[in-house]
Formats: sequence, structure tokens, C-alpha cells
Amino acid sequence: MLPVSHYIYLSLALFIIGVIGVLTRRNVIIILMSIELILNAVNINLMAFSRMWGSVDGQIFAIFIITDAAAEAAVGLGIIIAFFRNRPTVLADEMDLLKW
Amino acid sequence: MMLDSILFYFFAALAVGSAILMVTRRNAVHSAVFLISTLLAIAGIFLQLQAEFLFVVQIILYVGGIMVLFVFVIMLVNLDVAVRQMKFNRQSWVAGLLALVLGGLAVVVYRSGGGAFNLMGAPATTMPPNAEQVGTVLFQKYFLPFEIASILLLVAMIGAVVMAKRKI
Repeated sequence: MLPVSHYIYLSLALFIIGVIGVLTRRNVIIILMSIELILNAVNINLMAFSRMWGSVDGQIFAIFIITDAAAEAAVGLGIIIAFFRNRPTVLADEMDLLKW
Repeated sequence: MMLDSILFYFFAALAVGSAILMVTRRNAVHSAVFLISTLLAIAGIFLQLQAEFLFVVQIILYVGGIMVLFVFVIMLVNLDVAVRQMKFNRQSWVAGLLALVLGGLAVVVYRSGGGAFNLMGAPATTMPPNAEQVGTVLFQKYFLPFEIASILLLVAMIGAVVMAKRKI
């Protein structure tokens, strides 16, 4: 196996790309997709450490993270559809109903 | 050993390249397709780490489930005007720069930590049969979290149904 640092750098790169996507894009759906990318970057780390220690506990945590991601995607996309029905926009900076 | 690193670098380059394309494409459907490519590359890295069960779960659940949901919602809400609008928001330069600074900070902390992180290479031995072992640990050591995760999925399902109702 390669040294664990390779996996850490890969995971860091994907995480930073995801953070940039969340912070800079305007389309809400692409923001949600960037969040999925961030969760996957974390999973790579867990998997690499699980391999390093030779135990599957890290993989169990990855399963729970995937469960979380599925729940978050379902509820988040439901919110987007419910919002879209009231106000036809998918841009994050036009969703300002709470702004005074 | 050689094949190991070739596979790793191939999948890593594929994952990072399609992730960058995903963040920068204007059309949301193109972004979704590049995210699918990234997820498949990450699945390949799982396989290279001998996590066969998670490899299959990643493909079935992410690519087959979550991404189909995303594409479906894109089709439902896609506006043709969105293609012509500005794709980045106003503070995007500051935000992107700060995110890169965060990444650089993490690299500096990791490199200056040196031996404190105690990251040796892995034991060269192969792991025991993966799906079997994951099942055993999941249903013995992590049984209560497993049940709580099922409640979380139930809550998410009810939430999605309520959100999709006609009048809210």
C-alpha cells in the first residue's frame, strides 16, 4: 500500500474543491452536489486509515456518513422543490425572503 | 506495488480533474455528470484500498441512487435563463482565496507535525474477506448506531414526503 499521506493529500484536495464550490457557486443544486463531494473526501480518509490499522471500524463510519448523505440529499432536494414552487429561482443569493 | 501506485494516481487524477470541472461548469446537468465521474473514481480508490463492500455501496447508492435524484430535480427545476446568468456570486474571489488559504494551512500543519501523526505505511498483509467482516462488526459492535441510522432514514423519508406536498 502507498503511504497514507498520499490519500490525505487527495482527500484534502477534494475537500477544498468542494468548499470552493459551496462558497462561490450561485446554483443551489450545485452547492448540494459540492456538499456530497466534501462528504466523499472524508470517506477517503476513513478508508485509508481503516486500511492502515487493518480494522474495518473506519468503513463502518463511512457507511454511516453515506447514510447521512442520502438523508441530506433527500431532504435538501425536497426543500428546493418546495421553495421552487413558491418562488421560481434556484439561485442562492435570490433566496432572501428572510432578509430585512 | 507498481500496479498499486499506477491505479492510485490514475483514479486520483480522474477524481480531482472531474471535481474541478464539476465546480466550474455552467450547466447543472454537466456538473452532475462530472460529479458521477468523480464518485466512480473515488469508488476505484476504495477498491484499491481493499474495501470491496464500500466500493459496491458507493456505486449502487451514490451513482445509482443519489445522483439519479439530483438529475431528476435538475430536470424539474431547470430554468433556461439559469444558463445565461452569472454562475459565481459576488464574493467568490474572496471565498475562493480563503478556501485555498485553508488548504495551504492544512498542508503546513500536516507537514510540520512530522512524526507526531504517526502515519506508517500499511501492513503488507491482505485484509480478511471484507463484506463478511463489515457485517460482523456492524451488527455486533455498532448495532445501536445502526438502529439509530434507520430512524434517521425514516425521519428523512417523512421529511421528503412532507416537503413534496402540494400545499406547504
